[in-house]
Amino acid sequence: MSLRSKDLTGLKDLSTDDINLIIETAAGFKDVLGRDIKKVPALRGRTTVNLFYEPSTRTRTSFELAAKRLSTDVINVSVSTSSVVKGETLKDTARTIEALGADFIVVRHACSGAAHFLADNLGSSVINAGDGTNEHPTQALLDIFTIKEKKGSVAGLKVAIVGDILHSRVAKSNIYGLTKLGAEIKLIGPPTLVPLCFGDLGPSVYYDMDEGLKDADIVMTLRIQSERQGKGFFPSTDEYFKNWGLTSKRLLKAKEDVMVMHPGPMNRGVEISSDVADGERSVILEQVTNGLAVRMAVLYLLSGAKQ
Amino acid sequence: MNILVKNAKVIDPSQGTDGICDITIENGKIKEVRKSGGAEARKKTNADVRTSAYAGFEVIDAEGLLVVPGLVDMHVHLREPGFEYKETIRTGTEAAVRGGITTVCCMPNTKPVNDNAGITEFIINRAAREGACSVYPVGAITKGQKGEELAEFSIMHDAGCIAFSDDGRPVMDSLLMRRALEYSKILKALIISHCEDLSLAAGGVMNEGLVSVTLGLRGIPPQAEEIMVSRDIALAELTGGRLHIAHVSTAGSVEIIRAAKKRGVADITAETCPHYFHITEEVAAGYNTFARVNPPLRTRADVEAIRQGLSDNTLDVIATDHAPHHMDEKTVEFDNAPSGISGLETSLGLSMKLVEEGVLSLSQLIEKMTLNPARILGLLSGGTKGTLRPGADADLVVVNTKDEYRVDPGGFRSKGKNSPFDGWTLKARPAITISNGRIFRWE
Amino acid sequence: MPKVLLDKKDIERAITRMSHEIIEKNKGVSSILLAGIQRGGVHIARRLASKLGLIEGTEIPVGILDIALYRDDINVRKEQPVVRRTHMPAEIHGLKVVLVDDVLFTGRSIRAAMDAIMDLGRPSAVQLAVLVDRGHRELPIKADFVGKNIPTSLDETVRVQLSEDGLEDMVVLE
Repeated sequence: MSLRSKDLTGLKDLSTDDINLIIETAAGFKDVLGRDIKKVPALRGRTTVNLFYEPSTRTRTSFELAAKRLSTDVINVSVSTSSVVKGETLKDTARTIEALGADFIVVRHACSGAAHFLADNLGSSVINAGDGTNEHPTQALLDIFTIKEKKGSVAGLKVAIVGDILHSRVAKSNIYGLTKLGAEIKLIGPPTLVPLCFGDLGPSVYYDMDEGLKDADIVMTLRIQSERQGKGFFPSTDEYFKNWGLTSKRLLKAKEDVMVMHPGPMNRGVEISSDVADGERSVILEQVTNGLAVRMAVLYLLSGAKQ
Repeated sequence: MNILVKNAKVIDPSQGTDGICDITIENGKIKEVRKSGGAEARKKTNADVRTSAYAGFEVIDAEGLLVVPGLVDMHVHLREPGFEYKETIRTGTEAAVRGGITTVCCMPNTKPVNDNAGITEFIINRAAREGACSVYPVGAITKGQKGEELAEFSIMHDAGCIAFSDDGRPVMDSLLMRRALEYSKILKALIISHCEDLSLAAGGVMNEGLVSVTLGLRGIPPQAEEIMVSRDIALAELTGGRLHIAHVSTAGSVEIIRAAKKRGVADITAETCPHYFHITEEVAAGYNTFARVNPPLRTRADVEAIRQGLSDNTLDVIATDHAPHHMDEKTVEFDNAPSGISGLETSLGLSMKLVEEGVLSLSQLIEKMTLNPARILGLLSGGTKGTLRPGADADLVVVNTKDEYRVDPGGFRSKGKNSPFDGWTLKARPAITISNGRIFRWE
Repeated sequence: MPKVLLDKKDIERAITRMSHEIIEKNKGVSSILLAGIQRGGVHIARRLASKLGLIEGTEIPVGILDIALYRDDINVRKEQPVVRRTHMPAEIHGLKVVLVDDVLFTGRSIRAAMDAIMDLGRPSAVQLAVLVDRGHRELPIKADFVGKNIPTSLDETVRVQLSEDGLEDMVVLE
């Protein structure tokens, strides 16, 4: 079985069947990760290039490890994107890397559509590791995998996503993916960061945290980037925490067996309180482990999709 | 050279001409447009051609073809000096003529900016030497288009600037815009305003809405344009200056302009471009950088409002905002692609679709592409442009309105191949353009 | 025309005989683990285990082994083999692992299975049990326990269908 496309640019264009295939395949890889020898020879001789135009530790490390555990060779290319010094174009850089024989190009870029652009211009498999404010498909896939693992199924679950929806590629990918699998999504946050038109994508929009959390099976909190504060999206992180911070008291509004997720890195005391982050409802660390399994599954399934 | 264009269906809104005519051209000027409808007149013309009454005339038989005054495009980026890799005065005017356009106004955002008489003269001289059509430079409102100090309107006007604009950028400072509208009155000069509130636009790259959200691209709300349209109209009312609103793209702007005209604000006019009455933000799907343009492509409702605005004459002019770019500049991330569409060679065909679709009458359309811009620019009073009156410059276009053709940007004369209309099927293509008495023939 | 090579009774007899051979070779069943290769080998492994348990009066551990990630044709195939679960009921270190598959053909699956099992631990021995050996080996691999040797030609297919999949027990040559 393989994915229909040679690339993974987002969940918007991924079929439900393909999402399920990735999730099911990831289960097999999670077995591998539980062993003493956590490496399989499946993709021996292949080359993975992590092309990162934005600093990232978690995602890059996760992709690197996933690629290594499939026995591909991995090269990390970090490009600083100074708009002052105009360097090589994205296309030229990527084509150079492809000419070196890269089978997989994992790209993170500040511009929305960058992965899409490379996918159109390259023969290698392009995997989107986050493009601007567009999508971060593997993060959403690992979230879905975690939800399925814990809750059995996604259909019918109430998923509350809290925070900076406007700028969040994680939220976008989750909205697309979870909606396809039949979840009911509630978006919660300040009006400046949750434009009403998100409702046109399917979810309902709440400004009142308590109201939005009602009966939620899952609460996903998003990282609040401190630079948003100065841009007038909200007056201060203190005020943000007061209105939209996830505390154990607020969590009582949700279902008793609610599961708390966060894509990391967390700002404790801004979007989530420490007792919730470290509490028994939190699966935040398991998300990280599952991320490896999901990324292995994606690499493996894309390797068969040539032509 | 003397030319006879015979048996043409002539439409010239400046004289209310609509019928089969013969046009004679002598010494680069229109000599006469004479009705030739009916067998008698036709027989006489044919006899005259044979009996050498037209000896030495280049005879063009335009039977079955449409002839209109050469089109006047008041919003073009010729890119020279400074960006010759995008376009030159030569290639830009050749593209214009291919599109039936014989008069272009070129915007000042060159390198260096056309904010002084030296650059203006350079453009005029280069155009006189290499241009295929008439070129009228638009000078910058502010020095370096920086929005800080007024440029030398009067000196540039003497050098040949026909209007002033900071096109590509708004004059954000309301006081400075007031001064521009006020000061330009000494020249009765036109101020062409690029209406965009930069702080509200906030670095956006396309229309704000569901499409921008799904693409993860920063959006520009229509209000970023409408606020400035309102402001500039208010300033025109305050000062009595002559204001022309460039590239109107939103339903709200149309409504604001309509209301102002109804109120009788002395001197405001407005233009739109083919991409604002044909295509929407949806074209940007898949990060199609050819759909990146400023102001951005809007929604279906805006397209309908623009069409309504053209139909009820709220919008006076169809211009192209021809903005050629090099392919390499457009083959990048959407965020990093420059704004603009190469429009000179599709303008007539796209605009004629409005007639086909019943939005405008043929003469109303031709008016918006000839008479109106010529009048707004003051080129009509001398009777030189946008008209086939005797004594006018010999600018006309012979249009084949029957045969369909596919838009192929690869074949553009313009260096800019950046067109979102690639593959569109259009009718109405210039077969022959006569520009200042020079004949350009393609079919 | 499909030809029935083994019917229900034949299969049962083959399982019984193989069970006795396994016991005999290993002098009992202590420290034996059967590893069924996904997917056809799993049912055979379970049948062998229950027969062995019946004979020896003890429970025999059965593991499931998925070999997709160890196949030698991943870079050749257009579609990737489906990745299924691997599950061992116990640490295999020091055990005698009997790999179980339904049909032994080129030997490539068995090569992959040996690599897969080695990544899970260090068994004291690895043996191979197959219901049908149809010949045409491409690698130096030989089964220790064979239900039935069936000479075939390359253009034929041997299909094993079992009641666990809701079908009548049968081995067919097509």
